[in-house]
Amino acid sequence: MARQTGAQLRLLALFGLTLGVCAIALVVGPVQVSLGDVLLVFRGRADPTVYTIVMSLRVPRIALAASVGAGLAVSGAVFQALLRNPLAEPYVLGVSSGAAVGAVAAMVLGLTATSILALPVAAFLGAVLAIVLVLAMSGTAGRGLDTRVLLLSGVVIGAFFNATVLLIINFADADTFRAAMLWIMGSFAGASRESAFTLLLYVGPALLLLMVVARPLNLLSVGEQSAFHLGVDVRRLKIILYVVTSLIVGACVAGAGAIGFVGLVVPHALRLIGGSDHRWLLPGCAMAGAAFMVGADAIARTVVAPAELPVGVVTALIGVPVFLWLLRTRDGLA
Amino acid sequence: MTCQFELTGVTYSYPGADRNALHRVDLSVGSGSLHALLGPNGSGKSTLLQVMLGEARASSGHVSFRGRPIVEWKRREIATQVAFVPQSEPLAFPLKVRELVEMGRYPHIGTLGRAGPDDRRAVEEAMEVAGVASFAARPITTLSGGELQRTRIARALAQKPMTLVLDEPTAALDLHFEMETFELMRRLTVEQGLTIVVATHNLNLAARYASHVLLLAEGRVEAAGSPQDVFTKDTLERVYRWPIAVLPHPGPGHDAGVPQVVPLTPPRGVA
Repeated sequence: MARQTGAQLRLLALFGLTLGVCAIALVVGPVQVSLGDVLLVFRGRADPTVYTIVMSLRVPRIALAASVGAGLAVSGAVFQALLRNPLAEPYVLGVSSGAAVGAVAAMVLGLTATSILALPVAAFLGAVLAIVLVLAMSGTAGRGLDTRVLLLSGVVIGAFFNATVLLIINFADADTFRAAMLWIMGSFAGASRESAFTLLLYVGPALLLLMVVARPLNLLSVGEQSAFHLGVDVRRLKIILYVVTSLIVGACVAGAGAIGFVGLVVPHALRLIGGSDHRWLLPGCAMAGAAFMVGADAIARTVVAPAELPVGVVTALIGVPVFLWLLRTRDGLA
Repeated sequence: MTCQFELTGVTYSYPGADRNALHRVDLSVGSGSLHALLGPNGSGKSTLLQVMLGEARASSGHVSFRGRPIVEWKRREIATQVAFVPQSEPLAFPLKVRELVEMGRYPHIGTLGRAGPDDRRAVEEAMEVAGVASFAARPITTLSGGELQRTRIARALAQKPMTLVLDEPTAALDLHFEMETFELMRRLTVEQGLTIVVATHNLNLAARYASHVLLLAEGRVEAAGSPQDVFTKDTLERVYRWPIAVLPHPGPGHDAGVPQVVPLTPPRGVA
């Protein structure tokens, strides 16, 4: 009982943190806007310039960053449980790069003009392809996955897909080329109300579905054999998890490019704070991931203002030291 | 006597293997008794457990639990009656002891249910019986081998099973924890009427604690019955390919006279 209340309090605190970070992100930027101005905007009484900056630029951008951060952080936690490896993450495993190949291919082939679904679907297929390749390379016949082989497979597959993205965009026109470059490092500069809304439409239900299976996911995180004998339909659960995380990663990459290490840093920090129970970890990751990404984006668009850093640079600069530290502190990596 | 598990003529072969991992194995596990599954490395003990529990499907033969074919049981339904403690499991995340034990309630609660008073009581009881209540708040990554094994047994007990199946539960444990584990298994069968099936390499403890033993060699049943029937010098020397003596346990108590195996130094040139 006490633990449940503790988890609820922690989640409430995270929710407050996320709101706070979003509020800061609303006011900082090339043009300083005060919180008072923002309140006026929401009551429909601000001047038109401020209104445009807040409603057309910052709100969609924050909504997009929050959705992507939530999606990637939760996907990271799910991959870690699926593979029983705290270093697993969509970017490290090459899944984000696979999604980027799908997205860029769809753009260059002109499929994006045909349907609003084309980009996320192509990215989803790319993500699935990457997962299949990585799992095949690290030989997962249900046995224990060797951490080193798994990570190496992810890095190699990721490098291959990044090269493929560069190859494909050479055949693109100038506009596509510029857009495609974003897929490599990740950026929210292209955020619009439509892109934010589309992403939310994908990521929202997918996240809810993952939270529904949090309890069997707990069991899976201690081993497939144990989960099976505790009554979990392991095969079905794994298929659901791989498909849903691929959908999320595909949609996130389609929306903002391949942004790394969120899925590593956020779940790890939350495990330290509140433990490894996915009933708390997944909603916690959704909120903390959103806060982390909105914050990283706020940094990305202010430190070198009026220019902008790709947000992937910020997350990598934070994420790589965490990754290395994790690698060092885990005993018996093999 | 009602039967928990009933296996008749079970044959199993791994894909691409040139010989059967199990060949025409018969086994019937009666209620309330402790069955030991013996045999050298690679003799098919783990495979037999997997087939018996429905994790692997027999190539031919018949496996049933409580009179119903194993494949017809819903996973969650059978998990309320049979608990399994696997040889090992990955410890990727520092779950608390209590969290691991609570997982034993999953088959009763399901994906969306809420833990009720019954569930909490079952978890507390299981932790008491297995002797892990005193370190319920510790992360499993900090436990000793013996403590971890007792925690996993507590999780199995939290399932409130009628049958408990353990795959080499005392491998890599010291004498103290090994004896504790076997004593716990005896208490569970005698006091709570549980049926236990345990695969083990410890012949001497199997002879003392089990009422029935099944000796496997290369996937075939080499001998089955009471320890007195199975533990003969000829049979064990043939199966383990090593000279042995079988001596009666010196006692005291109910162990007196139980056959115990002593490996001998081979005459020169044999080994």
